[in-house]
Amino acid sequence: MKAYDIVIIGGGPAGLAAAVSARKNGIDRVLILERDKELGGILNQCIHNGFGLHTFKEELTGPEYAARYIAQAAELNLEYKINTMVMDISHEKIVTYMNREEGMQEIQAKAVILAMGCRERSRGALNIPGYRPAGIFSAGTAQRLVNMEGYLPGREVVILGSGDIGLIMARRMTLEGAKVKVVSELMPYSGGLKRNIVQCLDDYGIPLKLSHTVIDIRGKERLEGITLAEVDSHGKPIPGTEEDYTCDTLLLSVGLIPENELSNGMGIDMNRVTSGPNVNESLETSIPGVFACGNVLHVHDLVDFVSEEAAAAGKNAAEYVMREKSAVQISKDIKSPIELEAVEGVRYTVPKTVNVDRMTDRLTVRFRVGAVYQNCFVSAYFDNERVIHKKRPVVAPGEMEDIKLDKSKLLEYPDLKKITIKIEEA
Amino acid sequence: MYDVIIIGAGVSGAAAARELSRYKVKVCVLEKSEDVCCGTSKANSGIVHAGYDAAPGSLMAQLNVEGNAMMGKLAEELDFPFQRKGSLVVCLHEEDRPSLQELYDKGIKNGVPDMQILEREEVWELEPNISDHVVAALYAPSAGIVCPFGLNIAMAENANTNGVAFRFNTEVTAIEHIEPGYRLITNQGNYETKCIVNAAGVYADVFHNMVSEKKIHITPRRGDYCLLDKTAGKHVSRTVFALPNRKYGKGVLVTPTTHGNLLVGPTAIDIDDPEGTNTTAEGLKRIAENAGLNVKNLPMRQVITSFAGLRAHEENHEFIIEELEDAPGFIDCAGIESPGLTSSPAIGKRIAKILQEKLHLEKNPDFQGTRRGILNPAALSIKERDALIKKEPAYGNIICRCEMISEGEILDAIHRPLGAKSLDGVKRRTRAGMGRCQSGFCSPRTMEILSRELDVSMFEITKSGGDSRIVVGKNKDAL
Repeated sequence: MKAYDIVIIGGGPAGLAAAVSARKNGIDRVLILERDKELGGILNQCIHNGFGLHTFKEELTGPEYAARYIAQAAELNLEYKINTMVMDISHEKIVTYMNREEGMQEIQAKAVILAMGCRERSRGALNIPGYRPAGIFSAGTAQRLVNMEGYLPGREVVILGSGDIGLIMARRMTLEGAKVKVVSELMPYSGGLKRNIVQCLDDYGIPLKLSHTVIDIRGKERLEGITLAEVDSHGKPIPGTEEDYTCDTLLLSVGLIPENELSNGMGIDMNRVTSGPNVNESLETSIPGVFACGNVLHVHDLVDFVSEEAAAAGKNAAEYVMREKSAVQISKDIKSPIELEAVEGVRYTVPKTVNVDRMTDRLTVRFRVGAVYQNCFVSAYFDNERVIHKKRPVVAPGEMEDIKLDKSKLLEYPDLKKITIKIEEA
Repeated sequence: MYDVIIIGAGVSGAAAARELSRYKVKVCVLEKSEDVCCGTSKANSGIVHAGYDAAPGSLMAQLNVEGNAMMGKLAEELDFPFQRKGSLVVCLHEEDRPSLQELYDKGIKNGVPDMQILEREEVWELEPNISDHVVAALYAPSAGIVCPFGLNIAMAENANTNGVAFRFNTEVTAIEHIEPGYRLITNQGNYETKCIVNAAGVYADVFHNMVSEKKIHITPRRGDYCLLDKTAGKHVSRTVFALPNRKYGKGVLVTPTTHGNLLVGPTAIDIDDPEGTNTTAEGLKRIAENAGLNVKNLPMRQVITSFAGLRAHEENHEFIIEELEDAPGFIDCAGIESPGLTSSPAIGKRIAKILQEKLHLEKNPDFQGTRRGILNPAALSIKERDALIKKEPAYGNIICRCEMISEGEILDAIHRPLGAKSLDGVKRRTRAGMGRCQSGFCSPRTMEILSRELDVSMFEITKSGGDSRIVVGKNKDAL
């Protein structure tokens, strides 16, 4: 059986950044397995700009951003396989993959980095009543048809959900000649980035209806129309607020779900909030030597942060492989890691545990909040002591937040068991 | 001039076609949709009922038990998914025990084998997720689950292989008497035939009433369903029914499907529109509420889709399978509601028998009674699968990531007899698009394959025929 040091599942932004980082950290035998026909992942269909402001200090399109990493991968002679589906990963890190040329293959990895990305929630998951005609697309499917294949999915469009892909597609469909009548959002706030609401809706006069949802779908063959209604604070439609829209297309941008079929198959411990694996400070899952990064770990807003996270995963995986190779006996009496707990407005944290000995000098802890808070504080309590208290003018579920933990600070608390992260209102 | 024209390529029409193809007879099936299995047959519980529900002595009872008994062998011959998993009817109240006993007694009269009434502890032993309130349950090991598309498509394909013609997108608009037989007026020209089998599902009354003075009425009875992710598929391992409710049939059931999902439903709402397959908020809410009565901790958050199907309910709640007295050569196959899917093999046989006697049909010596379904590579060992891909590389190209369906299976679905022409056609044959992302990833790719293989433009590719086109133009074509 062929053996690699690190096998990376997925050649999108996370997989590429992880691979580049693993190589730069001294690992030779790195392999990327990508199921699509080219590297770059979902970036290839994201032809709008706004990528790379943090990483490259300039505004790139999705394919341009991907191309930077693909070029780095080429420079480093990183091995990859496209059109290749990973069928299974065993607990012992035997990766079974399949493609047209090689058939079924099994390879042994020392470390695995999970970078499979995410998928869109479908209409079915929302249980929207009505007919099931053609003309209902997830926003990403429509984006692929328009941006990669040049086909227009429809001419009169209603968009449900104000996630970023929905907002981007409102603008794209308008530019391609369709009429976008309304974007409706179930929640009283948008799930997308503020800048996208301005640049994709406001600039084109597309109305955004908050606290509204689709309650009926009409049309037996092709979509003919939908009914929108306002919802109360429990998300229930309010009778009397129904409004009919004629449309041939309904785009759904109602959330992204990490694609963790392989992780589940391995028996990795999963987080119910993120639908991604629970990881420690090294982005390592419950199976030693199996790391996760990018949208398969938790859904990000910005690819720049995916790259940053993935680079860390690549570096950590490299260190893991080195440790294994040098056969350094790790002392068995490592104390139990510090637990990170998300409470009071904070929905989850990545990572979920921190081992101070393994952490970098400055560890980024990312999280999302469950509602919009204004003039609040993001606080971290080390056991019962409030150590971090950061003022924020506004935090919202649509924008990922982070705090930094300094190793030097943590070392001052040798008996620390738990760090609690919460939102405190002023 | 045909000997027999069958109206409708649902499960009854397909079963009749397949049974008739055992004989030397010229048969044509006319179907208004673009594919087989587009009406009642595609949206139901996929249950092979044991047969304790129908009234003893009824045709429904007889064909149910007979169809159930035939299903295992048929599944082997025609290679479609069927599993004899058993069923439970759950009794939640001590005072309902007599109703449970009544079902058992009916089952005995109908000839249902091996039934048992289980006490609560025994029920939990079989199904730990049955409600804490269970008192007893009727266990019928002969019940099972079947892939409704698989069954329907397999019978139609086999009939076609044995010489039965199928005409799709062909809607019968009028029937005229001719001597001998009938002329069917359709949107695709006229057809002449000696005999007609009326297997038109929710439209069976329309065709019956065209030729007979004794009118019948079919009520479309809508049932909403929720389909849950495969991660929920093992919540129960048998079909779990509620004790039948006096007013509306069998109530909400919870069942595994042959492909490993969990299905919850149906509701029962009488409607007027024979195309009214829309789900409603009330219906979906009712499912969520009622399903939880018999099965606890149902993970309803894992719903991946909901849909509605129509049962062809006739007011006497009995199958009508007979030649009409006032219209010789016109054979009704009407009122085929539940347990129609279970009964279909027996229904086909019964129709064939009527026609064999009437037309004095001789055996078809070339009849080929077996058919191979679309290969399921997941059932192969790694070595076998590797060999398959080396031989046919398309099996190494995964198109549907949720269900792990390869291009090889899709090509097979398109090019086999009565092959798929639409996204739904591919989906029903291969499951591509039926998984948790509900075709988000694979639909553009499947469209490309359909377009290439059928040599039609992307603009002609539909979800399910007719005007259900997926893309309407090119970027900026209206600017």
